[in-house]
Amino acid sequence: MPDDPKTGAAPKIRSRGLNFFYGKFQALHGVDMDIATNKVTAFIGPSGCGKSTFLRTFNRMNETIPSTRVEGQLELDGANILDMDVTGVRRRIGMVFQKSNPFPKTIFDNVAYGLRINGTTRKSEVEAAVEKSLERAALWTEVKDKLQKPASALSGGQQQRLCIARALAVEPEVLLLDEPCSALDPIATLKIEELLFQIKDITTIVIVTHNMQQAARVADFTGFFFLGKLIEFDNTQVIFQNPGKKETEDYVTGRFG
Amino acid sequence: MVQTISITRKITNVVMLTVTGLLTLIVVSVLFFILGYLLWHGGSSLSLQFFTQLPKPTGETGGGMANAIVGSGKILLLASLIGVPIGFLAGVYLAEYSGKSFAFLIRYVTDLLNGVPSIVIGIVAYALVVRPMKHFSTLAGGLALGIMMIPIAVRTTEEFLLSVPKSLREGSLALGATKSRTIFTVVVPAAMAGLTSGMMLNLARVAGETAPLLFTALGNMFWSQGWLQPSAALPVMIYQYAISPYDDWHQQAWAAGFVLLALVLTINITARLIIGRNPGSSRR
Repeated sequence: MPDDPKTGAAPKIRSRGLNFFYGKFQALHGVDMDIATNKVTAFIGPSGCGKSTFLRTFNRMNETIPSTRVEGQLELDGANILDMDVTGVRRRIGMVFQKSNPFPKTIFDNVAYGLRINGTTRKSEVEAAVEKSLERAALWTEVKDKLQKPASALSGGQQQRLCIARALAVEPEVLLLDEPCSALDPIATLKIEELLFQIKDITTIVIVTHNMQQAARVADFTGFFFLGKLIEFDNTQVIFQNPGKKETEDYVTGRFG
Repeated sequence: MVQTISITRKITNVVMLTVTGLLTLIVVSVLFFILGYLLWHGGSSLSLQFFTQLPKPTGETGGGMANAIVGSGKILLLASLIGVPIGFLAGVYLAEYSGKSFAFLIRYVTDLLNGVPSIVIGIVAYALVVRPMKHFSTLAGGLALGIMMIPIAVRTTEEFLLSVPKSLREGSLALGATKSRTIFTVVVPAAMAGLTSGMMLNLARVAGETAPLLFTALGNMFWSQGWLQPSAALPVMIYQYAISPYDDWHQQAWAAGFVLLALVLTINITARLIIGRNPGSSRR
């Protein structure tokens, strides 16, 4: 288990015996995990192993898919996520998706969207928050002169950083990233990894990735999923250099997956 | 042997190309033929007068159809005010909220409504508005055409909302937006180009309807006295002028036909331009 229990700090998110079903298909089998506050936690594993499904239980995005069901215990700061108001959960737990999905609005309005739906309407307040978020997403210098341009005019990597800025604008306690770099080139990927280091002071980060080097570079803790089970969860270094389970070793050394 | 097969094949090919090509040419030329024919017969009556003056009494030459042009405009405005909001909101419900089996039912009923003959819808508007108010009126005509717009408005809305990628909805929901907020601030704006042009094509479709106006708006040789009074409309005017025994009225009918067709084409082309200019707006 990661070292939060050792330091005595309470986990940001706590999952116990979490099962998840798509109709009759069980996608997650009794997942136990503690997500440490202000750390980067990565989920790795082959396609279809349940890592994205597990990530999407945190902000209850799976509820948008019909006939899905979740069982078990899932807590944010000790409070049951499954009992909370869903918009409240998503306000506290932000998300960035695999494919960048800027709204068909201006760059400014994209970042301001979350603020406005949560009731921040004072112009100066919104402007300050937009600038701060774009700076944190390492995009400010590139877009500060074209805030009123449509977001679709940005490059793929810029669009994904815009989506990160959009998520950061509402100051989420947790930021979920679902394979955020899978459609990006190495330079754009590097920029995103760098900014993750910058923002982990202000938010807890959970990232799903297919790229094991990425997990090794950015994550403090790494969980390996296989066939809907959490096989192993430990410090990233342990997972990649001295894994405890044979499946983990086979996967991180590229013998399957 | 091989030679002959290849020759017959070549001949077949040339024949098919010629036949299909010629028929396509006919299809395309029908529109231009109609336009040209209308202009040929009605061109002499097309003048500034036609657009600015009232019809002249029989026996007097000249005059125009200003009242019918304005009347058609008012009826179409009313039709849009009735058909677009109802159809749009029902389409939003259909695309975003309804369950699968209920959606099937709504779609089926909408298609049935779309198949109701326009004269029957005219009768309904007559019974609902004209009879109780004891007046033929612009309002009744607008209602009839508005009802006719509903089914296409519903299906257009559904189609364009469903074409908005799921990732945009998820992006908004993931920020803590409610479903209705997501629909009206992200999904609908993303589909706006398609929605606008779809509604315009819908309007163009009912602009030429004559039957439902015959016993709702009725027709009028003078300026309509108000929304609750009988009104002239271009299609009705064409009908009345075309069955009259006067040659100069026939010419006016041709001219009116040309104006009506030009109006419909303009709406159509504008709608296509709106779609064409924003190819990505409902995609990305």
